[in-house]
Amino acid sequence: MITQLRPALVLLTALTVITGLAYPFAMTGLAGVMFPARAAGSLIERDGKVVGSSLIGQSFTGVNYFHGRPSATTAADPADATKTVPAPYNAANSSGSNLGPTSAALAERVKGDLDALKAENAGQPVPVDLVTTSGSGLDPDISPDAALFQVPRVAKARNLPEDKVRDLVTGQVEGRTLGLLGEARVNVLALNLALDGLAGR
Amino acid sequence: MTLNGWIQIALYCAVVLALVKPLGLYMTRVFNGERTLLSPIIAPVERGLYRVSGIDARQEQHWLAYTGAVILFHILGFAVLYAILRLQAVLPFNPAEQAAVAPDLAFNTSASFITNTNWQSYGGETTLSYLAQMLGLTHQNFLSAATGIAVAVALIRGFARASTGTIGSFWVDVTRATLYVLLPICIPYTLFLVWQGMPQTLGAYVDATTLEGAKQTIAVGPVASQVAIKMLGTNGGGFFNANAAHPFENPTALSNFVQMVSIFVIGAALTNVFGRMVGDERQGWAILAAMGVLFLAGVFVTYWAETNGSSVLNSFGLTGGNMEGKETRFGIAASALFAVITTAASCGAVNAMHDSFTALGGMIPLINMQLGEIIIGGVGAGLYGMLIFVIVAIFVAGLMVGRTPEYLGKKIEAKEVKMAMLGILCLPLMMLGGTAIATVVSAGLAGPANAGPHGFSEILYAYTSAAANNGSAFGGLTANTLFYNSTLAIGMLVGRFFVKIPVLAIAGSLAAKKTIPTSAGTFPTHGGLFIGLLVGVILIVGGLTFFPSLALGPIVEHLAGAAGQTFATGG
Repeated sequence: MITQLRPALVLLTALTVITGLAYPFAMTGLAGVMFPARAAGSLIERDGKVVGSSLIGQSFTGVNYFHGRPSATTAADPADATKTVPAPYNAANSSGSNLGPTSAALAERVKGDLDALKAENAGQPVPVDLVTTSGSGLDPDISPDAALFQVPRVAKARNLPEDKVRDLVTGQVEGRTLGLLGEARVNVLALNLALDGLAGR
Repeated sequence: MTLNGWIQIALYCAVVLALVKPLGLYMTRVFNGERTLLSPIIAPVERGLYRVSGIDARQEQHWLAYTGAVILFHILGFAVLYAILRLQAVLPFNPAEQAAVAPDLAFNTSASFITNTNWQSYGGETTLSYLAQMLGLTHQNFLSAATGIAVAVALIRGFARASTGTIGSFWVDVTRATLYVLLPICIPYTLFLVWQGMPQTLGAYVDATTLEGAKQTIAVGPVASQVAIKMLGTNGGGFFNANAAHPFENPTALSNFVQMVSIFVIGAALTNVFGRMVGDERQGWAILAAMGVLFLAGVFVTYWAETNGSSVLNSFGLTGGNMEGKETRFGIAASALFAVITTAASCGAVNAMHDSFTALGGMIPLINMQLGEIIIGGVGAGLYGMLIFVIVAIFVAGLMVGRTPEYLGKKIEAKEVKMAMLGILCLPLMMLGGTAIATVVSAGLAGPANAGPHGFSEILYAYTSAAANNGSAFGGLTANTLFYNSTLAIGMLVGRFFVKIPVLAIAGSLAAKKTIPTSAGTFPTHGGLFIGLLVGVILIVGGLTFFPSLALGPIVEHLAGAAGQTFATGG
């Protein structure tokens, strides 16, 4: 094995430099030139301030905004760093709920959310994505049904005709990629930005 | 299940199949040392590397020397990675000011990445600096994948050659796998991923002010360059904690599709390399067909189970299947397909949380890993894992007719069968043995987040994933503890080396044998009968070994859920 030591050491070092430094740096440089906005995280600015990323969901709780899906992300407890507290849409600590299909905690959470949503809009069945957390806790999208479900609440809060808000939602629906891949969806941040634009702030 | 879902699945299979032949031809030329399209650019670099390392590219190695080189390369790689993780706080490119990784976590993560497992006890954006991600993890993503390919090629040479003492040079194989196969694909692939929206920056995390006025810190980084090799090399270790479910790590349905293709493409093409090198492409297609049968069966069950959803939630009147832990842009079909692919190959990336899958939907990923990830499998590891089962299948066939078994003109004798069994048996020992220990000691029982049978499944999944070198998880398990970090690391190392070393021993033994001409009594190994026999042997060995553990976990959970039973923690 001793005779192999030189090839092992030198080759490992050389390949490490090539794949661990040269490759990521070259890619960072190229990507920054070819797709600067995307390489930086697809950030959205409004009035000169970064309001988020078009790919990352954010927490909406007010009645006057469309809400995203429940999020299971957490953050360190400010009172005790060894514990965590719920912090929905914490984009510095992505995570799912990891609750299994027979979890009592999951059943309880879903039941609670369902009851609240039914009270808000009794006319339509509650879309499943509005009561389930996403894998990342940062899902930027909801299903078109989930957006339409919230139209009456948002329209009332904003004093807008429901039809106008519904048209806005329909205009924001992105179909399946190439008509085939994935599922149709609505980007919640984009929808709410459009909503702010519609109503004037 | 929808028609659209099945069309996505069919399109996926078609794209992978279409790539098998061209990539197989290319890789065959690379590992035979022939000229390829990329030689004018890469060959000078390659020659330079050999010169400074003192490697004679024409000098081949005996299987013992080859194995020694493999082990040495891993030990040194481990030391480098461990040092980087421990020292990241004082090294550059650490804008988020991550502290040094704790010793047990650094041990676990180093073992995880050199074995191509990429188990995530760490949470990318909360634990690792950019330098650790690039110089530490990205480079091992390349090298552990290249090593897997090298060992598979060495085994293929064992079948293809006759009466020789050597099986190739490890140094040359690992260099060629990196420079000619992995790197040239990763470069355009990275740019494609950035085009789809994946960040690739050395800038610090971004602070945004949300529309409702809250502060949101958005983790970014050199994501795309790492994700490209993470998928292509079936490594699977995420840049972010949520892995490929994170919108930055998998922004669109198209990026998702291409990532799924890239998980399978090298493993599938290696079956063609096998066929070409042994001089009969049909042999490769037969292996791929056996893999395909098992793969489609798994996709069907998981897709069906996830579409039906959880009985407990459905009882509240919800429809639309199981969306807990899944992303809207992928939906159920693309999430179920991804889960089966990532565990069939030894990738372990996830685009949905397997822990929140239905009991039966989550059982298929578990079974895929328990069978040893031979359905396409990890780059290299899948093919040599499958060839081990081929040896056992041929042996069984020989017993049935009372002839000395032979495969591709090589007599399969006691030594090969013993080594094959060693490779097969070390996995259940680590998977079931580890689970058994963790379910009786308090340090193990502290891990699961879910109560009842699902908690057992979380533990079983962890040891299975570690020994199979997969790296996906039922993520509720709190695995970043001294107990789990150490025991899982042992599982990963045993699962890697106690398969690799027997495989190289088989390669050496076969290469030394004479080739015997086919006769009327030779069992043809490219037809339906052989494929059926191989699938049967895999299912019988896997079923007999693992059914009891599955009965205690997912099966009983399915029945309890159907009866409306739920389990509360702390009760």
